[in-house]
Amino acid sequence: MAITESPTTNNGVNIEALLGARQALTDAPPAAAFTWRGTNTWVSGTHSQTEVNGFFGLGEEQVRQSGGHTVSTDHPEHFAAGDEGSTPVELVLSALAGCVTAGVATVAANRGIALQSVTATIEGDMDLQGIMGIDSDVRNGFNNVRINYEIVADATAEEIQALVAQSQKRSAVFDIVTNPTTVNVTVS
Amino acid sequence: MTSTTVTIIGAGQAGLSMSRCLSERSIDHVLLERGEVANSWKTERWDSLCLLTPNWMTRLPDGQYAGDDPNGYMTATEVANFLETYGAHVEAPVIANTVVESVRPTDDGFRTVTNNGEWVSKAVVVATGACSTPRIPEIAGLVPGNVRQLAPIHYRNPDQLDSGRVLVVGASASGAQIADELARSGRAVTLAVGDHVRLPRTYRGMDIHWWMDSLGLLDERIADVEDISRARRLPSLQLVGSPEGRDIGLNELARNGVDITGRLVGVSGSTAQFSGSFANSCASADLKQGRLLEAIDEFALATGLESELPDPTRPSTTELPAARLTLSLDEVSTVVWATGFVPNYPWLDTNLLDRKGAIRHDGGVMAHPGMYVLGLPFLRRRKSTFLDGVGFDAKELATHLNDYLANSVASPMRTGG
Repeated sequence: MAITESPTTNNGVNIEALLGARQALTDAPPAAAFTWRGTNTWVSGTHSQTEVNGFFGLGEEQVRQSGGHTVSTDHPEHFAAGDEGSTPVELVLSALAGCVTAGVATVAANRGIALQSVTATIEGDMDLQGIMGIDSDVRNGFNNVRINYEIVADATAEEIQALVAQSQKRSAVFDIVTNPTTVNVTVS
Repeated sequence: MTSTTVTIIGAGQAGLSMSRCLSERSIDHVLLERGEVANSWKTERWDSLCLLTPNWMTRLPDGQYAGDDPNGYMTATEVANFLETYGAHVEAPVIANTVVESVRPTDDGFRTVTNNGEWVSKAVVVATGACSTPRIPEIAGLVPGNVRQLAPIHYRNPDQLDSGRVLVVGASASGAQIADELARSGRAVTLAVGDHVRLPRTYRGMDIHWWMDSLGLLDERIADVEDISRARRLPSLQLVGSPEGRDIGLNELARNGVDITGRLVGVSGSTAQFSGSFANSCASADLKQGRLLEAIDEFALATGLESELPDPTRPSTTELPAARLTLSLDEVSTVVWATGFVPNYPWLDTNLLDRKGAIRHDGGVMAHPGMYVLGLPFLRRRKSTFLDGVGFDAKELATHLNDYLANSVASPMRTGG
């Protein structure tokens, strides 16, 4: 949930900078080629940590001023694990909601709509017979994902629906989750 | 080598309109046509295709529709006949069966090389249309070899296809119409739907194009839209021209037995994979349709039309079929790629094109002085590709071209290469 104390039409989004970046990347398409990366280290059991900091983009290697971020993933005690972090699949749901919500704020700012509050609830259905290897007809991943948005904003219901629709159209994680992606795993 | 003042490449609605505008100004010109007048309409359209716009929306320069069915929709053959008659009426100097191989600047104009001789001219107008070269996605290469693949420009009628399911990819005008026709002929059809523009054929008793014309939407200019490149990429409307005013939205297609899925995003072995984003494509199309119908209602109220019209009946929300993400291509005999068109100008210098091969232009004025393009989506106005719109662009560009000729005679132009 994101709340701004005094709603402004920019919703905390620097829309001028984003539009400037869009124009710059339109004029120089190679700068738009990005590579995101992280380093995952096993800790114990199902607990591991992923550190992210550097990425490639705008034609060169980039490093965050913040020093980067660390995310832990684990399984809850229901699977006899230590619950040192959210499950990886919950992280996927977090990423999906986080990406679409970021889009809602950005699209709203671009359309001059001030947001007061945005709350998304997200659910993914999964049949564990897949990952447990019980039934080979069941897929490992989600068989259905639902997101519900509650948005308070200075806009009509249709305008708010249009924000959420446009945000999905421009969301990286929404695309990643809804469309096939080639993944290559190597061992060195 | 033949000398003329203006070389027009293409003799469809765009080239003929420009010919009329140049003749009006007594500017000497030729039209180089790869086939005959209205070649695409004669040779690259399926049998049942009708215009999306009603006949009265045919206003070429000195060439209005004058038939007895103003509210009907011309067939492709009727359009071809109309353009032939128009070409004869405006005495367009068409050189038929002449394929352009290159257009290059010279010291004082341009040299156009064809399979049928060379022309030198002071100016060139590219009027080859926006619907000549189908856009076929890369994943077409992954479709098993025993499945026949074709684009709408090669589709004619259901009898042409082998028995078995047909996968139609793309649900704009072409894809929706072909899926509709195939399903009505008894074929098993799957329609893969990405972003699309949903509209009812009629609203409150009037054709949707009558409304868009009345609201001034088709007259919108480049400065009127926020993002011109998006406006130029907008898919064609999910409409069909039919005597009974039939709708071919996804709800109607589903009721006629068309199996509807999300956008085709992959082919893995003999399995086609569809996007899970289908619900949002439909939600976006429903919202966009709602905004237009709302604007129509407001217009009717503001202009006093309201009292003469039936009450608004909004089309129902798109019904989402059960989510299905794959289709076995073993049961598919044919894939129809109704996925639009790509620019294709191998005969132009690449410095006239953008990185995707489209002509760089400012409202039809190309990067090289003396070169013009006509008949592309939203070239100067929303209706630039319509039989009802291309003539207005032709008039404006003919004025620009006339000024260019006048100035280039006064001070010989330096060619930039």
